[in-house]
Amino acid sequence: MSDWLSQAWTVARKDLLLEFRTRTAIVSALVFTALVLTVFNFGRDPTAVPTIDLAPTILWVTFTFAAMLTMNRAFQLELENDALEGLLASPLSRTSLYWGKLLANLVFVALVEAVGLPLFVLFFNVPVAAVLLPLVGVIALATLGFVAVGTLFGALVIRTRFAELLLVVILLPFLIPPLAGAVQVTAGLLGGRPLSESAGWLRLLAAYDIAFVTLATLLFPFTVDE
Amino acid sequence: MSLVRKGRLITVIGLGLLAAVYVRALAFTPVEQLQGPAQKIYYLHVPAAIWTETAMILVGLAGIFYLFLKDPRLDRFAAASAEAGTVFAGVVLTTGPIWGKPIWGTWWTWDARLTSMLFLFFLYIGYLLLRGAIEDAALRARYAAVLGICGMCLVPFIHLSVYLFPTLHPQPIVLKPSAPSLPGSMLVTLLLSFGVFTLLYVGFVMQRYALALGREQRDGRNADA
Repeated sequence: MSDWLSQAWTVARKDLLLEFRTRTAIVSALVFTALVLTVFNFGRDPTAVPTIDLAPTILWVTFTFAAMLTMNRAFQLELENDALEGLLASPLSRTSLYWGKLLANLVFVALVEAVGLPLFVLFFNVPVAAVLLPLVGVIALATLGFVAVGTLFGALVIRTRFAELLLVVILLPFLIPPLAGAVQVTAGLLGGRPLSESAGWLRLLAAYDIAFVTLATLLFPFTVDE
Repeated sequence: MSLVRKGRLITVIGLGLLAAVYVRALAFTPVEQLQGPAQKIYYLHVPAAIWTETAMILVGLAGIFYLFLKDPRLDRFAAASAEAGTVFAGVVLTTGPIWGKPIWGTWWTWDARLTSMLFLFFLYIGYLLLRGAIEDAALRARYAAVLGICGMCLVPFIHLSVYLFPTLHPQPIVLKPSAPSLPGSMLVTLLLSFGVFTLLYVGFVMQRYALALGREQRDGRNADA
């Protein structure tokens, strides 16, 4: 168990180290997040729609789009110099490889969200201080689910033509349940309603996480083995 | 008789029976009190919706068995089932707005059920696009199986979200925990129509399966030559 986790951590650390030395992808993702938030500001009529009504949508569309763009990176970088073959030939278990990639993607997306959330509060003047803790919880719950699916699909598309475009097309339908749930719960929180009102959505998010993390762990070996 | 001919025959019989079901629906089934004649589209809409979801589940099941058995027949079936499912999703998404316009006063509303059916349609398209983007047959079958299994697992989540969203869409009146609340004659018409759609599904799948098989044989010959 601990062996398996430490292997996963090795993979994740390798990816993160690589990323923080070059910083191309993370900086691009952060700038993209800031840009999407800016575009949203110009893409609405502030006199017609109060910001608070639109806020959960802005937040989640930004997060999911930014997350989707970063999913390709995890396996794309292993294609260079056939690095993936090396990883597969190493004594790493397939589960550890998937979890390593998942962890690295989660750290990546979490960073984007950690920068995106304050920017969102700043740009749209949304009062989140009172609900910060539950909000972060909801963000974590929803993010885990779609990053798990995204990491698996990232491995699926690397050997296809138009990998970036294809990933978005096959991933978006899977983002709908977590996105819908996250938007509803966020709207409830920002509207000052009690968390218990969103119990159904929270259960849906939790069930989605459990189902798709398990499924992706089981299916991942089939995407890399001959 | 070859498979493609059998499939074609079943499809023709299915289409003939569909016409017969609609004679029954229009002439011998009572008109719904509130919705009037618009409700008649129900007998097309609901069986097509059930088969759209069932076809996705069959794609997923075929995927699971494929990953263990590596039998190309399962992959061909999954591809054929996905193609048939796409067509049924198209039927649902066409008949729905036709009903919605007189009853709701709008062609489309971003209701959870409509949205989830639309996303199921996109899921099918994504599945077929992924298949089209991979050259190697074994790789394609493996990847398609993984996506198909994920798609199958997405269906219940889409269903769950239906019950959480406030909705304009009528709630299920047949496939629900308590007994069906549809009058007997309407239920019979619905079941007959469901039977016909089952025939159509089988007919479509047989034809597409035969086509996939033919394409593989052609590619095999080209590779040899």
